[in-house]
Amino acid sequence: MLSSITRRGILAIYAVIIIVPLTVVGFGSFKSTQELFAGPFSLPQSLSPGNYAEVIGGQDLGSSFMNSVIVTAISVPLTLFLASLAGYAVARLKGFMSWAIFGFLVLGMAIPAQANMVPLYVLFGRLGLLDSLAGLVLANLVSTLPIAVFILGGFMRTLPKELYEASSIDGTGPWRTYISIALPLSAPSIAAAAIFLFVIHWNELLYPLLFIQSPGNRTLPLALLSFQGEFQTNYPLLFAGVILASLPVVVAYVFLQRYFVAGITAGASKG
Amino acid sequence: MSTHTGLPAKRKAPGSPPDVNDNKGRRRSPTRVNPALYLFPLPAVAVIAFFLVMPTLQAFQYALTDWNGFSAAFNYVGLDNFIRAFTNDSLFTNALTNNLKFVLLVVIAQTFFSLILALLLTKNSRGSVLLRALFFFPTILSSVSVAFIWKFIYDPNFGLANAVLGGVGLEALQSSYLGNDAQALYWVAVTQVWFHAGQMMVVYIAGLQAIPRELYEAAEMDGANKWQQFKSITWPFVAPATSIVVAYTTVQSFKAFDLILGIAGNPPKQSLDILSTRIYSTFANSEFGYAAAQSIIFMAMIALVTWLQRRLLRLTPKGE
Repeated sequence: MLSSITRRGILAIYAVIIIVPLTVVGFGSFKSTQELFAGPFSLPQSLSPGNYAEVIGGQDLGSSFMNSVIVTAISVPLTLFLASLAGYAVARLKGFMSWAIFGFLVLGMAIPAQANMVPLYVLFGRLGLLDSLAGLVLANLVSTLPIAVFILGGFMRTLPKELYEASSIDGTGPWRTYISIALPLSAPSIAAAAIFLFVIHWNELLYPLLFIQSPGNRTLPLALLSFQGEFQTNYPLLFAGVILASLPVVVAYVFLQRYFVAGITAGASKG
Repeated sequence: MSTHTGLPAKRKAPGSPPDVNDNKGRRRSPTRVNPALYLFPLPAVAVIAFFLVMPTLQAFQYALTDWNGFSAAFNYVGLDNFIRAFTNDSLFTNALTNNLKFVLLVVIAQTFFSLILALLLTKNSRGSVLLRALFFFPTILSSVSVAFIWKFIYDPNFGLANAVLGGVGLEALQSSYLGNDAQALYWVAVTQVWFHAGQMMVVYIAGLQAIPRELYEAAEMDGANKWQQFKSITWPFVAPATSIVVAYTTVQSFKAFDLILGIAGNPPKQSLDILSTRIYSTFANSEFGYAAAQSIIFMAMIALVTWLQRRLLRLTPKGE
């Protein structure tokens, strides 16, 4: 029985270590600095949205939020589209070519983004993509395409080849087969990959930090990072920023939890 | 036919539908591949070739120069940048040491801890499912958010950690955490484990659930205790999961760039500087050639550590 008590004990302690800080942040985002420091665990005296108004309007987190929405809304589907096209070809082509294309695309997973930043910065500079949302979309695409191909191509390869062949015997072209057979059948892995990409793109910090100059083009993580210097210990304000930046991902997590675990684990098992 | 032998007919009677072997034969015969299929991977291949492969090759070229990123002229300086990194740049060797220490700490702590969580939550009871979702949760947050949460926990004057310790009468254990240069890296390692242990727990749970129950029942009948069962059934069976967890955690902690910048500011102080933040600072300092050389060392380090781990763990006999 001791083991059962130990088990419950460990789980309960760790649950507290996760829940308490998150609750403190949630409550704290409604407090003043004095109120937070006086009683970090207590409920806020009022649900005054002052900190939120300050970060959204005053610190322009609202426009950073929109920038993040725009970049993510384009880069996730774009990455999925290119990756599913490639994955589909890899599944249908045979022998060396299939292997070579898959290998070439997936090899990029071995190159960490930080290792590439100097030449990528130079290249983006020449192409006039620095300090633009388009540049961020492209950077997201480049950095996650390999893993997206890995997830989608890996899945599409496991679909029986007969499915594709049957439809090509009917005289259907590869494009129609892609749309009407490959994509619908791959829906679970596309959903998982979409979630994975959404989390990565939404939270991306390195590329905005490298490329973005004007405050108006900042995405959320970059805007948050700039708070760090300005509001050293104004934690309530930082917390309001944290809540805003996390909200879309958290809402998605509550409703699509299954796909989160599947997607983020698929991303992890690339090892 | 099968009714005669009482076994399903394995051997194929003439005229029966084609089976897998026939498919193999057919594959060898020249099958028509619609040439249009080669167009499908083109966009992805072009993007990777132009924006990933080419820049990576260029990094090797820049690494041999003293280019500052702006002037048109630069000199090839051979391996000077690499020699400088290892022999004449205490900032770089400091970041390298910190990074290796950080990776070692996080890999050991996170692998161990995520396995414990997974062992405690293997069964699919309602409580387990709920707790898994909770423990997984931090992984979806942005590194900057996690950094801010923990900055507050670690705040020496107003922070949660010291408040809790003070509240239970353990003032002696209070610390300035990130303010203490000797400890700072350890505290960030704790944050990193809090951030991602739940993700690795999920990898382990998948591995644990694939272990056949009968093995434990058989072991129990043979009188094996829990520890013996773990040692001779669980651990060998989750070896593939361990190798995934270790490899992924390694890469993840090598790249803890966002978390460090969020928690320590940009640029981070020396006791929290790791390779990726050092490369960024060198780059921001307009030493493009030198930053490229540091990037290559960074890539080589990841490859080296990953390779060493595989050798040490001997977990992947098949190799990749």
